[in-house]
Amino acid sequence: MTATALHGPTLALFSRKKMISFSVPLILIAYFVYIFFSFDIAGIGDRINVNNARTLVADAYSFKTHVTQDNRTGEFSVAIEGERKGEYPSGTAPDWVTLKDRPVVDLGKGHVITFGPQVRYQIPGYGTIVATPGKRGVNATFPAGEIPDYISASKNRVMVNTDAGRLTITRNRTEVFKYSYGWELFFFTLDSPYHGLGFGQLVNRAVNGEAGAIFHDIWTNRMWRHGDVAWALYETLLMAFLGTFGAALVALPLGFLAAKNFAPLKSIRFASRRVFDFLRGVDGLIWTIVLSRAFGPGPLTGALAILMTDTGSFGKMFSEALENIDDKQVEGVTSTGAKPLQRYRFGVIPQITPVLLSQVLYYLESNTRSATIIGAITGGGIGLMLTQAIGTQKDWEEVTYYIVLIIFMVMGMDTFSGWLRRRLIKGKDDR
Amino acid sequence: MTLTCQSWQRAKPNRIDRRDLKISLAPVRSGVSLLSQGHIVNQTFETVRPVQGIKDSYLAQARSKRLMNLILIVVFVVMLVSGFNTADHRNAGGFWAGLPNILDFPADVVGEAIARGHLLPGYMVKYFPSLLETVNIAAASTLLGAMIGLVLSLMITRGLAPVPWLIAPVRRVLDVLRAVPEIVVALVLIFLLGGGPVPAMIAIALHTVGALGKLFSEVNENASLKPVEGLESVGAGWGQRMWFGVIPQVAPNYLSYALLRFEINIRASAILGFVGAGGIGYDLRNTMSWGQGKFDEAAAIFLLLFLTIVAVDQISSKFRHRLTDGQASAKVML
Repeated sequence: MTATALHGPTLALFSRKKMISFSVPLILIAYFVYIFFSFDIAGIGDRINVNNARTLVADAYSFKTHVTQDNRTGEFSVAIEGERKGEYPSGTAPDWVTLKDRPVVDLGKGHVITFGPQVRYQIPGYGTIVATPGKRGVNATFPAGEIPDYISASKNRVMVNTDAGRLTITRNRTEVFKYSYGWELFFFTLDSPYHGLGFGQLVNRAVNGEAGAIFHDIWTNRMWRHGDVAWALYETLLMAFLGTFGAALVALPLGFLAAKNFAPLKSIRFASRRVFDFLRGVDGLIWTIVLSRAFGPGPLTGALAILMTDTGSFGKMFSEALENIDDKQVEGVTSTGAKPLQRYRFGVIPQITPVLLSQVLYYLESNTRSATIIGAITGGGIGLMLTQAIGTQKDWEEVTYYIVLIIFMVMGMDTFSGWLRRRLIKGKDDR
Repeated sequence: MTLTCQSWQRAKPNRIDRRDLKISLAPVRSGVSLLSQGHIVNQTFETVRPVQGIKDSYLAQARSKRLMNLILIVVFVVMLVSGFNTADHRNAGGFWAGLPNILDFPADVVGEAIARGHLLPGYMVKYFPSLLETVNIAAASTLLGAMIGLVLSLMITRGLAPVPWLIAPVRRVLDVLRAVPEIVVALVLIFLLGGGPVPAMIAIALHTVGALGKLFSEVNENASLKPVEGLESVGAGWGQRMWFGVIPQVAPNYLSYALLRFEINIRASAILGFVGAGGIGYDLRNTMSWGQGKFDEAAAIFLLLFLTIVAVDQISSKFRHRLTDGQASAKVML
């Protein structure tokens, strides 16, 4: 071709390229504008719940201890997060609470609250608030001058919100929240004899034959339920394991039926390919719903749902791998007089094993994540515990804990399957 | 076979006579033909041994290999069976008890759908906007994720990274993004933002950033650095070097991975709808909870979802094949 002959097409290509490089960003922008309005992103500012966000973040790294006095009976209690399972046995209290006739709570930095029929709150730099809750409401007197922002007072309710904590007085109840950092009672609940012991003391006790009891107390911790969490993680891994390898076992023979060079009949090949498409097309979500109707919620249902979807994916991949094998090895084995089954065993299987294994192990890792999601729907494993904890809308420290565990579980599975892949497929590069 | 040749090369050549080699290779060859690529023997022959010696050592190795495989298979089967039993035990309903009922629910749904088949087109029209929302969630999150993933992938590729010490931390961030299941982020965001498509979009986009960032950076590693150097020599900045030097080389692969991700994200977006993030999954949960007698609407949604997933899979796999076939990809690029 001469230069002039090339001139025209080249210019056409150039102008087409110019068109694309201008129109693609324009289309993208137009699409995002459409999404902006169709998802009502402008309205997010109104919908966002700032209080929820604050609770969530604060709860994730701190906890609060409730000190409560029933103003009618005078009953006094201290409980972590206000939960029954975190309640201090009567007669005991953390060291910042002095149990006397009139209990004193020291919030630190000079903030001192004295309980009793008359509640006194000493705020450094401001003065002392004295409040008397009674049938008629809360009768409070404040130091002279303007009442600062952090105090809200009405006839029936006085609320003081300082950095050190929060005091709420109503007719029936006087309540103080003290915020502390960390995850409370992570190892031992208050009823355990090991609560409050240092690490050295614990090791000492463990060496002296109490290791079993210590482990038992951690394992059955009612606040954090470590035993249940461990089971849930195991269930999730089990779902992924059973689903992935079950699917691989089912898909292997089916893969032969769907491969061009092995299918006995064209119609069988066509039929099995459509079966794979169907299994894949009916999403894991639908399989989960259908199966949970028959088997009820639990890890088995999740495993079977993964098995169903992945049989479709594996069947397709396996049949493609089988179509790409090298015939020379099969011919070589045939030339030694091998029967069909031996031809498959020594001519075909060894060729596809590395490919299949690497795909299966890759899926094992991604299915650990799917198992968490499916667990949240069918009610099994860590996914269920997570949705439950989110559902209570207050156990955000547990939500954080579960999220961290899930991340470690998935990353651990990733590392493990990568390691296994390298071990089993020697001489081949990882990817 | 290659390995056997290597081991022979490694043997001291001055001690090998050509005839010896022929004779002694024969059993090795027949042995190796039975071995697989995956079962390559890691043995080097220090010296040429008599035929019998090689045969014995090969057979011994084959035996121990077979034994190891047998042990592995037994362990695997035991794990599978015991795992199945545990799962069965911890499931609300047993496997064998539930097996006969497996078709009950699909039969109900199909039965009702057929009985009121004339209503199906109406339902499909009714739920089409939800379907569109589900597809939009997937598309928007794939686009967002791909765009952020693209920038991050360039930042974590050795040789292209603008700030080399950022490579390791950004990689860890991507690892974490990839490890968090979408549902976790979505549920937390639903608590903060209320239901609707936005939590799902953000959740899926974050996961997509993690997944595509890694895949893109693997693609980047294979890009030729020559155009980048050329651009650098004429004084191009980092952005220009990437945009004109790297992106044109890798764009077909990027597109192919992004399309694959789109397929995955449609499924994810349907699932997230089921936990309250809008779209067709949400409608599916509602119609399901109306119970028997209303399954015809559920059937319509099942059908819509199924058709969408299959259609997107087919279209995107066609596109991907075109993108990865050399000639066609050049066309698409221009």
